[in-house]
Amino acid sequence: MNRPVKSRKLTSYRAALMPYSIWALLFVLIPLVFVAYYAFTDNNFQFTTANFNRFFTATSNLKNDDGTITEVHTYLLIFMRSLKLAVISTIICLLMGYPIAYIIARAGAKTQKTMITLIMIPMWMNFLIRTYAWMTILQDTGILNNLLGMLGIQPLHIIGTETAVVIGMVYDYFPYMVLPIYSVMAKMDVRLLEAARDLGCGSLSVLRRVIFPLSLPGVISGITMVLIPSISTFYISQKLGNGKFFLIGDAIEGQYVANNLHFAAAIAFVLMGILLVCMAILKYVTTRHVYGGE
Amino acid sequence: MKKIIELKNISKSFDGEKVLDNISLYINDNEFITLLGPSGCGKTTTLRMIGGFTQPDEGDVIFMGERINDTPPHKRNVNTVFQKYALFPHLNVFENVAFPLRQRRVSKKEITEKVNQMLSLVMLPGFGNRSVTSLSGGQQQRVAIARALISHPKVLLLDEPLGALDLKLRKDMQQELKKIQKSTGITFVFVTHDQEEALSMSDTIVVMNEGKIQQIGTPIDIYNEPKNAFVADFIGESNIVDGVMLEDYKVRFAGHTFACLDTGFGKNEPVDVVIRPEDVDIVPAQDAMLSGTVTSVTFMGVHNEIIVDIAGFKWMIQTTDSVDEGAHIGLSLDPDSIHIMKKSKYSGMFGDYSSFSNELDELSNPGGDTEE
Amino acid sequence: MKMKLSSKIYTGIIFAFLFAPIVILLIFSFNESKSLSVFSVFSLKWYKELMNDRNTLETVRNTLVLATCATAISTVMGTAAALGIDRLRSRWYRAAMNTVTDIPMTNPDIITGISLMLMFVFVGRLFGASNSLSFWTMLIAHVTFCLPYVILQVLPKLQQMDKALPEAAMDLGCTPMQAFFKVELPEMLPGIITGAIMAFTLSLDDFVISYFTSGNGFETLPIRIYSMTKKTVTPKMYALATIIFFVTMSLLLISNLVDNHDSRKLRKRKKSQDRQTSSGLS
Repeated sequence: MNRPVKSRKLTSYRAALMPYSIWALLFVLIPLVFVAYYAFTDNNFQFTTANFNRFFTATSNLKNDDGTITEVHTYLLIFMRSLKLAVISTIICLLMGYPIAYIIARAGAKTQKTMITLIMIPMWMNFLIRTYAWMTILQDTGILNNLLGMLGIQPLHIIGTETAVVIGMVYDYFPYMVLPIYSVMAKMDVRLLEAARDLGCGSLSVLRRVIFPLSLPGVISGITMVLIPSISTFYISQKLGNGKFFLIGDAIEGQYVANNLHFAAAIAFVLMGILLVCMAILKYVTTRHVYGGE
Repeated sequence: MKKIIELKNISKSFDGEKVLDNISLYINDNEFITLLGPSGCGKTTTLRMIGGFTQPDEGDVIFMGERINDTPPHKRNVNTVFQKYALFPHLNVFENVAFPLRQRRVSKKEITEKVNQMLSLVMLPGFGNRSVTSLSGGQQQRVAIARALISHPKVLLLDEPLGALDLKLRKDMQQELKKIQKSTGITFVFVTHDQEEALSMSDTIVVMNEGKIQQIGTPIDIYNEPKNAFVADFIGESNIVDGVMLEDYKVRFAGHTFACLDTGFGKNEPVDVVIRPEDVDIVPAQDAMLSGTVTSVTFMGVHNEIIVDIAGFKWMIQTTDSVDEGAHIGLSLDPDSIHIMKKSKYSGMFGDYSSFSNELDELSNPGGDTEE
Repeated sequence: MKMKLSSKIYTGIIFAFLFAPIVILLIFSFNESKSLSVFSVFSLKWYKELMNDRNTLETVRNTLVLATCATAISTVMGTAAALGIDRLRSRWYRAAMNTVTDIPMTNPDIITGISLMLMFVFVGRLFGASNSLSFWTMLIAHVTFCLPYVILQVLPKLQQMDKALPEAAMDLGCTPMQAFFKVELPEMLPGIITGAIMAFTLSLDDFVISYFTSGNGFETLPIRIYSMTKKTVTPKMYALATIIFFVTMSLLLISNLVDNHDSRKLRKRKKSQDRQTSSGLS
């Protein structure tokens, strides 16, 4: 082991880190403090919990399909809906993404590279335009229904439903699920799989008893990378849900546009809290399963 | 002989841990000197101090009569061959070797000439355009040597340069390094944990352990006259037994009194007695003062390595005779095969083969000495 | 290795899903009519119209200026930071830097955007400004979210580098400064280039954070697209998307080439090392 030269050199490396340290303090950490500060103050910057009271108690009337009206807690409903749609999208991404990651990881080196590039390409199309393109596809008179019409199938009403929102989320965040799972699987030692086969595992039980447990870290980071953006998105729901399915992101954006910064901060604060809880759960699950308990 | 480098009372700690403890040593011009010791003994730190990469906490580094404690590496007339060679991957072989010359703005013609000359010296003529990453370990090694020698330093420092090579290549490179040292007349300071390497190459060996110098001497001195149990054990195999020096030329151990060649100990002074495994002769049990039962025999190629249990103490003996396990044999010792050492803090820690096995030996003396 | 038929079919379906919107978008950018679902005749009409749209072109210019500045600042600062982090000996400081670098990447964009906006508004108000959001606040925001990507590209290059290299350079007569420029920088360069390209494309593409931190009439392309999609959209926007798509793609390709070149070199190096160790065992 080479010990670093303890001299002027080391101090100059430390000096190189200073600008970033200061930058991160000013523009990463302190802004987060401001979220809390705004969330707990009113317009005159006096301490208040009114923003949170509003969040938990505000109600609105929801028209049911049969014309009756139910009173609901506006923001709690939005929160639950965001959580639900995000979890559904994440599960679909996982179910669709895991096999493809496995297929890519088992392909030849050249094919692997090409396929991974192909998976990433949609990410380089602007997110707004991608979403908008789905809107034109899914419209009642859109391309999908044109195609179905040609095949003689009844047109589907998708746009403006939760399904459309989920399709948008899955499409937008799919690569984030595939890439981490793939990178774990690609690094997996082939000899392990051979060993498992040698010890009497069939293809399915190799998958269940060796490949899946080993790929778990990739799965977890895939889940995180899909769950976080889909829980906080605010454009997809507006376009594909026809504005009928407000999500947390839309609520924050709406309050920002209306210049209710303190209330926007409070919603953001709750969102951060929820995400921390999600992270903690995921972390707990990983440590239990990957490292076999305490 | 002229002293070229002198280390005076050097101490150094890293994070409160003492790595060098009051080390003093001098290096003569034109000498091949080896710093030998197990990992963590401070040998690499000593080398880095001469190179200028580490500054001593206390003490002075003297180079040709001048104190150079604060001279940065690029101003020292000393070059280093690094452990993993540290060849610049973005430069080809030629540019790696030419690096120091370009730094000194030597003319193009001279650079070409000198580099090619150097590449011939290390037996890599025509390799100039190769990428260093495409070379084998031995070739990379030669490039590193060429690069370090091209500006004709007064001293070349070599930090375990052969550690990554396989056995055969290592033997060849040992010969070659020795030849290069002779032909260039440059002082070589060589760091290794491999005692055979040290014995075969060096003019002088400095044995180090736990940040202290244990012994300085020629390879023959160090092998035949180890100063303490640590040196005796580290350099070659040794049986080390407790003994009492009855008077000059007379030592008592293992229940018997033996004639020896050592003098200058106090009357009845407790001592460590070293007997090299190859110095013991096997004789019929009834003819010998020492006798015991063979507990294991290992065939080593040139000789057999046998372990003999003599009153509970296990001796290792190397012999070309064939002996069976369980046989009762006698051991005979010449006076000049008995070496007496003063008691030290290492007494009783080495030299008993009761837990000996080849496997354990591997474990306790790992090949790669990367931790230092 | 050969793929099974079922794998091939599945892969086909997935890629069809991934590329359908993009292909449709490319096709309809060449559509003569305004319809986004029925293709009539091939034409470059929308591309021409785009070239005449001064407002959009202005936002393109803004986006490029912003991305260039953000890339320059984050690349220099991020590279310096990576150098520092690599040499950090204090475990506490290192953990702190890792966490801080992770935050902008794991935090949802909306939180990053909101938090920066709140701070800018607050500080602006302290100085009595009614609208504190501008080019500068956007630049700060972009540098902030680009920095971690630069650091994470450069840091591994430093960690792979033999720490004896700069020492060897000094040993052979370089001052520490020269050793840095002649040896360390060339080793880091592939990481720096990839990091810079990532920063540039991220900055070009960012909408959410820009949305919250922009103001005072400074508009970038994604923000313009957002306000355009609030109304009905013409294929002009598709033409724009197609152009952006190909520009980003070619940037990605370049960075891939740089990385490829680098990893090939690395593989070679590793292979020769493997050769040594395996021959050492035999």
